[in-house]
Amino acid sequence: MSQRLSDDLIASIPYAGTLGIKAEFSESGLLLILPYQKSNIGNPTLPALHGGAIGGFMEVCAMAELRRRSPDLPFSKPIGINIDYLRRGKPMETYARADIFKEGARVANVRVRAWQDSTDKPIAALSGHFLLPKKS
Amino acid sequence: MSGFIEKLWELGPSLVEGTPHARKLGMKFVAIDKGLATLSLPYNTALIGHPQSRVIAGGAVTTLLDQACGLAAIAGFDGFAQLATLSLRIDYQRAATPGQTVIAEAVCYKTTRHVAFIRAVAHDRDPDDPVATAQAAFMLTSPIYKLPESEEEAA
Repeated sequence: MSQRLSDDLIASIPYAGTLGIKAEFSESGLLLILPYQKSNIGNPTLPALHGGAIGGFMEVCAMAELRRRSPDLPFSKPIGINIDYLRRGKPMETYARADIFKEGARVANVRVRAWQDSTDKPIAALSGHFLLPKKS
Repeated sequence: MSGFIEKLWELGPSLVEGTPHARKLGMKFVAIDKGLATLSLPYNTALIGHPQSRVIAGGAVTTLLDQACGLAAIAGFDGFAQLATLSLRIDYQRAATPGQTVIAEAVCYKTTRHVAFIRAVAHDRDPDDPVATAQAAFMLTSPIYKLPESEEEAA
């Protein structure tokens, strides 16, 4: 996979476009970027990003990373996810990286971390099970 | 109906549609009661997460459930307050039917001094055949503003 394929992968998901998600390719895995946009705000008073936007961003990150590993197969589907919100999502660029904890024949267990200022200060974490597409 | 719930009926649409991200996805306020909130998310191609099947993204359902849980928590605390999501668990039972509106019904079944516990169901017509179920915990990040007594009595 390359940067162009990662761009195509994100561009193929309309919901990722709605959030404004971008992907940066590297050999070690995809880095997903959620640029700041006003329409991702959940609390204008604080202000803070919407918890759902952060959750959706991390879910796209998990699915994109699984797809990066098997680019010829369709996207996986989430079965169950757990999101921990750790810090307020400030109105600024947010990053996410997925770690495939276990990849079985049908199900993958994925952990995603989202951060803003530095990787060791995550704003949210996701752990979830995703149903992998059947390998034909 | 208490004065606070009546006020929430009045403010409901602006609480939901005044949230920039909820408005962006096209979310709508449906109903509210003590500890209960119902919202809807009409189908929209901007929400598609699976390009082949045109099924909306799990994230769109997650956001709808998060928003419904937050509103149910406010209705559960029985006063206006700032809330933050602590944890959100979503189980996806099946794909939402493309073209269909998704409805989220949230129940705040317990509040403590600082935390609200909520359960929610998202379905696309039949509540007994859910698209997803959620379990959430929200924390208060401000004091609760209760409506003055007289207003409660007058209601």
